Amino acid sequence: MSTATIPSVRGPRLKTRTVNKHSVDRPRRSPLLTVLTAVVLVYSLVPLVWLLINSTKTQQDLFTSFGLWFGDSFALWDNITTTLTYADGVFVRWLGNTVLYVVLGAGGATFLAILGGYALAKFDFPGKRAVFAVVIGAVAVPGTALAVPTFLMFSQLGLTNTPWAVIIPSLISPFGLYLMWTFAAEAVPTELLEAARIDGAGEFRTFFRVSLPLLAPGIVTVLLFTMVATWNNYFLPLIMLRDSSWYPLTLGLNAWNAQAATAGGEAIFHLVITGSLLTILPLVAAFLLLQRYWQSGLAAGSVKE
Amino acid sequence: MTVRSRRVLRGTAVAGVLALGLAACSSGETGSGEAAQDAEAALEEGGEITVWAWDPTLESVAADFEAENPNITVNLENVGTGNDQYTALQNAIAAGDGVPDVAQIEFYALPQFAISEALADLTPYGADQLEGTFTPGPWGAVQQEGAVNALPTDSGPMALFYNARVFDEHGIEVPTTWDEYVEAARQLHEADPDAYLTNDVGDAGFTTSLIWQAGGRPYQVDGTDVTVDFTDAGTQQFTSTWQTMLDEELVAPVGSWSDEWYQGLSDGSIASLVIGAWMRGNLESSVPGASGDWAVAPMPRWESGQDVTAENGGSSLAIPAASENADLAWAFLEYATVGDGVATRVAEGAFPATVAELEDPAFREQEFEYFGGQAVNEVLAESAAQVGEGWQYLPFQVYANSIFNDTVGQAYVSGTTLTEGLATWQEQSVAYGNDQGFTVDQ
Repeated sequence: MSTATIPSVRGPRLKTRTVNKHSVDRPRRSPLLTVLTAVVLVYSLVPLVWLLINSTKTQQDLFTSFGLWFGDSFALWDNITTTLTYADGVFVRWLGNTVLYVVLGAGGATFLAILGGYALAKFDFPGKRAVFAVVIGAVAVPGTALAVPTFLMFSQLGLTNTPWAVIIPSLISPFGLYLMWTFAAEAVPTELLEAARIDGAGEFRTFFRVSLPLLAPGIVTVLLFTMVATWNNYFLPLIMLRDSSWYPLTLGLNAWNAQAATAGGEAIFHLVITGSLLTILPLVAAFLLLQRYWQSGLAAGSVKE
Repeated sequence: MTVRSRRVLRGTAVAGVLALGLAACSSGETGSGEAAQDAEAALEEGGEITVWAWDPTLESVAADFEAENPNITVNLENVGTGNDQYTALQNAIAAGDGVPDVAQIEFYALPQFAISEALADLTPYGADQLEGTFTPGPWGAVQQEGAVNALPTDSGPMALFYNARVFDEHGIEVPTTWDEYVEAARQLHEADPDAYLTNDVGDAGFTTSLIWQAGGRPYQVDGTDVTVDFTDAGTQQFTSTWQTMLDEELVAPVGSWSDEWYQGLSDGSIASLVIGAWMRGNLESSVPGASGDWAVAPMPRWESGQDVTAENGGSSLAIPAASENADLAWAFLEYATVGDGVATRVAEGAFPATVAELEDPAFREQEFEYFGGQAVNEVLAESAAQVGEGWQYLPFQVYANSIFNDTVGQAYVSGTTLTEGLATWQEQSVAYGNDQGFTVDQ
C-alpha cells in the first residue's frame, strides 16, 4: 500500500515543478517579498491618497471629518479656485517662479553636466584624476551644508534676494556630472567617435550629431534628478530670498502654513493642502512621461557587453 | 542654523559689554528733539523703507502710511514667522547687507538683539517719553538699561478662553484658581474621556508665563551678568500644580498651532486655553466652526483674590542699527505703534498695547458675536493692567526656548518630572550663556 502511494504522490509534484520552471522571466513567487512590496507600496501611496482626499474638504471639514475618507462636502474645485486667487493670485506667481528656477536651474545644470561628463569620459587631459576626486568629493557634500557659505558669498556680490541667488547655485550638480561621465563612457563607443573624426566631422559636429542622441537616456535621468531637486528646493531659497514675490512654491506654501501659527493670522490648511497637490502634479506628470527613458538610463552600464 | 547664530553672538556679546557703556553715555548727550526733527525732514524728503514683519494687520497700516505720505514707499516683506525671521535677520546683520529698516521682533527675542547692539536705541527720537503710553508689561519688555529698543505693536495679557458649550454640557464651573482648574480638568476628562480641558506638549512661552504669574523670576539680567534660577517659590508653585495635570494625564498631547489643535478647538475636545489676548482674533478667523461656543474669563489665580496675571507673546517693531533710513523708519514705526496705525490694527483684530485704546469705552464695550455677544475686551484689558512686574527674558532666550523641548519637554513623554526638566534646562542655558561670553550664575 504504502510503496504504491508514494510514487503517485511524487508523480504530480515532479510534474508541477517541470511545468512551473523558474527562469529570469518567471521568477519563483515569494509570499514574503510580495507582502513586503505591498507594505512599501501602501506606505508610499497613503500620503498621496491622503492629499487627494483632503484637498476635497473645506477648512471646517478638515477639522471634523476622518482624515482618510471624504468629508461632507466636495470642495475640490472651490479649493483650487481659492488657491489660485488667494492674496491676489500669489500662488500662480510662485508657480511661475518655480518653473523659472527649474527651466534655468535644472536645465542649465543638465546642460553643464552633459558637456562636462562627455568631456571627462572621452578626452584625456592632465589632471583628470584630480577632477575625478573633486567631483566625487562634491557629491558627498550636501547642498544644505553649503547654503550658508553660499549666502555670505552672494551677499558680497549683492545677489541675495534676486532670482539669480537661487538659479546660479542650482546650476552645479556634481551628481549629475558624475552620472553623465559614467554614462557617456559606456554609451558612446570610442570607435564611433574615431570613425566620425576620420570622416571629417569636427568636435562640435561629432558631439551634437553622433554623441548626443546616444546620450539621450542619460540626459533624461540627469534632467529628472535636477528637476526634482530644484522643484523641491527649500533651504537655499529660504536663506537667499526675502521678497515673497520671488518665492518658489515650497517657500510660499510654508508661509501659508505659518499663517496658522501667527497672532492675528488666518489658518488656511485647506489651501495649503490643495496647493501641495497642485505643486506635485507637474512632477508626477514629468515622471510618468519620462519614465521609459529614465529606466533605460538607470540600467545602462549595469551589464558588460 | 544654531551654529550660525552662535558664532554671531559670540563676537557680539563681548563687543556688547563695551558698547553698552558707550551707548549709556551717548544717549544722555543727544537732544531728544533733534532726531525727531530729522524724522520729520525725512518724511518730507521721501524715500523707501523695508519692513520685515509677519503681522498681517501691518499690510493695511503700510498702505495707509503710503497714502498719507505719497513720496514714501514701504516694502513690507514677510520673511517668516518668529524664528525663521530672526535667523534671516541675524544672517543679514552678519553679512552687513540686506538689513531691513524696521523688523518685527517678539518680546522674548528682543534682549538677544538688544545685547548684541543690533538694534538702534530709540531714545533720541523721544521714545523714552512714551512710558505711560503703553501698558507696563509690553513697556517693560522693550526698554532695557535706559535704552528703548523697540515699540510694542501688540500684547498678550493672559486670560482663560473656554468653550462654554462644553462647560455647560458637563456642568463645569468656570475655574477662578489653578486648583479649581485642575479639578475642572478631572471633571471634564472623567465625563468625556476624549475631551481635555487643555493641551500641552511642552511650550516654553506657556511655562515661563505661568511661572511669571506665580511670582517666579527665574531670569535676572544685568548687562552681561545673568542669573538663571528655576528653584524659586513661584516656579515650585507652578511645577507642583502642572505636574498633577501631567501625572493624571489631564492635558491633551497635542502641540499648539498644529492642525490637530485647531481641530480640538473646533470640535470641543480641547475645551479651554490659558493664553494671550491675541487668541481672540485667531479663534475668530481660524476656528469659525465653533462660533458662539467660546467665552473669556479672567486667568485662573494661584491664590484666590490675587490680582496678578502675566503676558504671553506679544510683538514689537524695532529699527536695526544697520538701517540706512533710520529716520524714515522711525516715522513709520511711530505711525504704526502710537499713531493712526493703532486704530487700523485694532479694527483688524490685533490686541493693542497702548493704554488709550485699552481704556477706550468703545473698545472695552464692543460685543463680539463670535463670543456670544460677550464684551471680551473688558476681561482682556483688565488682565493687561494686572501683569506682574519685573519679568525679564534671557539675552539668549531664542536659543534657550529652542532647547526647551529637549529638556523640560521630557517631562511630557517620560518619567522625568517638571522640576528635573527645568533643572536640566537651567543647566544647559547656563552653559550656553557662559559659552557666549556672558557671566551666568545659577
